[in-house]
Amino acid sequence: MRRADPLRFAPVEDMADPLLSVEDLRTHFRTPAGVLRAVDGVSFSLDRGKTLGIVGESGSGKTVLSRSVMGLLSQSSVDRSGRVLFAGHDLTAMGPRELRQVWGTQVSMIFQDPMTALNPVVRIGRQITESLRIRAGLDRAAARQTAVALLASVGIPSPERRLRSYPHELSGGMRQRVMIAIALSCGPKLVLADEPTTGLDVTIQAQILDLLSSEQRERSMAMVLVTHDLGVVAGRTDHIAVMYAGRIVESAPTAVVFRDTKMPYTEALIRSIPKLAAPSHTRLLAIEGRPPSLLDPPEGCAFAPRCPYADDRCHREAPPLREASPGHLYACWNPVGTPAAARAFEANRQAGLPAAVAYARSGVAP
Amino acid sequence: MLGEPVLKYLITRLVQLVAVVFVISVLAFLLVHLLPGDPSVTILGPFDTAAARAEVLRQLGLDKPLPLQYLTWLGNVLHGNLGESFLTKESVSHAIAQAFPIDLELVVLSQIIAFAVAIPLAMVAARRPNKAFDRLSSTFTFGLLSVPAFILAVLLVLVFAVSIHAFPATGWTNLTSNLGQNLRSAILPSIALGAGSVAVYFRLLRSDLISTLQEDYITMARAKGLPTRYILFRHALRPSSFSLLASAGINIGSLLTGAFVVEYLFQLPGIGYQIVESISSRDYLMVQGMALVVAVAFVVVNFAVDFLLVLLDPRIRRA
Repeated sequence: MRRADPLRFAPVEDMADPLLSVEDLRTHFRTPAGVLRAVDGVSFSLDRGKTLGIVGESGSGKTVLSRSVMGLLSQSSVDRSGRVLFAGHDLTAMGPRELRQVWGTQVSMIFQDPMTALNPVVRIGRQITESLRIRAGLDRAAARQTAVALLASVGIPSPERRLRSYPHELSGGMRQRVMIAIALSCGPKLVLADEPTTGLDVTIQAQILDLLSSEQRERSMAMVLVTHDLGVVAGRTDHIAVMYAGRIVESAPTAVVFRDTKMPYTEALIRSIPKLAAPSHTRLLAIEGRPPSLLDPPEGCAFAPRCPYADDRCHREAPPLREASPGHLYACWNPVGTPAAARAFEANRQAGLPAAVAYARSGVAP
Repeated sequence: MLGEPVLKYLITRLVQLVAVVFVISVLAFLLVHLLPGDPSVTILGPFDTAAARAEVLRQLGLDKPLPLQYLTWLGNVLHGNLGESFLTKESVSHAIAQAFPIDLELVVLSQIIAFAVAIPLAMVAARRPNKAFDRLSSTFTFGLLSVPAFILAVLLVLVFAVSIHAFPATGWTNLTSNLGQNLRSAILPSIALGAGSVAVYFRLLRSDLISTLQEDYITMARAKGLPTRYILFRHALRPSSFSLLASAGINIGSLLTGAFVVEYLFQLPGIGYQIVESISSRDYLMVQGMALVVAVAFVVVNFAVDFLLVLLDPRIRRA
């Protein structure tokens, strides 16, 4: 078996700088139907030990974003521009050999579906110990010991026995715990979790999220939590970035996102979270329509066709990201709660625009 | 090592195996009765009396009811007695013991060669589908597939035996008498025999590898920072090898008998060669014994492959 490569990743330690800083990242796929702009100019930064939630519908580009940040997308037919600075190094400038030194030991990823992300014909034990042996350079016994400790720490009963199991012999929640153990195994400074709880029962979801939070605290890792569910990130992140059609449309500290929502899309996401306090059979306020095609994005604001507050300008001209308060950015011409939004809403309601009509019916005032 | 589900699977398959072998034995037994021509004529010649013919049939037990004949025959077979040739009086089991190892060796060697060419080619080709190397190896293997074995055999003999004198053109040296000579006499026929398999194995493994390499668990393995070669061998090869193995099982079985063209060209007294000879001389018991052995070998090979698949894919074990 190959030992750890002598070529080692040496982080440039400057604690003042953010751990991860993404600058104007674009990821376009060349497809037979045209250029698909999956990620179209995304910037954010993340400090050591902090958690960033990236929220958006399916197809908003959040999974591509996380893979693009890590550099996991294959080179062919993908155009990537912008910079991804991790601990002072630009990941986009690295070759495959250098990237391998970063993957697993510095940055690791938790995948959406633990059924497909674990190799079905390789025992759990091997899937954990292989990176410990190859990347961390542990010998067989030490790797095994570490694997048992990892499995125990992610809450897997009788971990010694589980090392010999195959993925299909575990439940979904157990598999996701194994995946977390693998992601944590080489002590990364940053974990990218891509919809880590989507395939799981609600009760298991909470357990897995709690586990992630506690592991993150213990190991003082930074984490990017990618999800379609604003409820998932509400209590667990320091900062939230809302993505729509390949762009960040609102970004703020978690409490501010909920307290001082600017972007109508964010507002719509918040309204679509089921509330326990609401009487039974309350209809959820779904977002009308579908996200735009990333092959041929609309000229103006990408959310305008579904937005109850959109006016002519929104359809014509894409709004830039503006600062509402320090750390709070949003891209909207008629932010929630402004007179402009109220005027546009009234006009849209009278014109019978489905989004505005649905809002009016549920008694939502702008 | 083997868990309970594996043992259970093994036992079920063994029961099936026995059932299939039983059917084969019945068919092999009936074969003699289905072939045209009267064995007594073959033995005595066309000019003897009806009484003499009846006497021959009685001696051979051919006047008894069929099920009884079958049981007697089966008892003999289980004792290794497959009868003897009407023509040469050679014992059938002896003839098989002479001929079968040749085929076994040819098939094993040809498959080793086919795997040794197809697997590395497919692994390199699958990493960059539709790029130069992939296209080149697809063309090369298809070329091999489209050249009939008898033409390839002649070409091999022309180049390696007639021009270079590297290998003998014809003839066979037994494995036990001289290993070096044996391999020299086996190498050209094995290449001729295995060439067609290369294309099939390459295609199967290549396309399975390409789809496996797009699986999440491969991306996950990359995200762990594992070296590319390690990922190919440890994570991609095994889950991509199932259809390759299944087709190898069937292929090996048919090569056991399909080798006769190659055997003929290289003058190797293998079982395919013997069967053709025996059929043309209506040597029924010879045909029967050899067909039985080949059919059982076919079933056993496929049983072994199935078992290998179970070992390779833990998910089947629950079925």
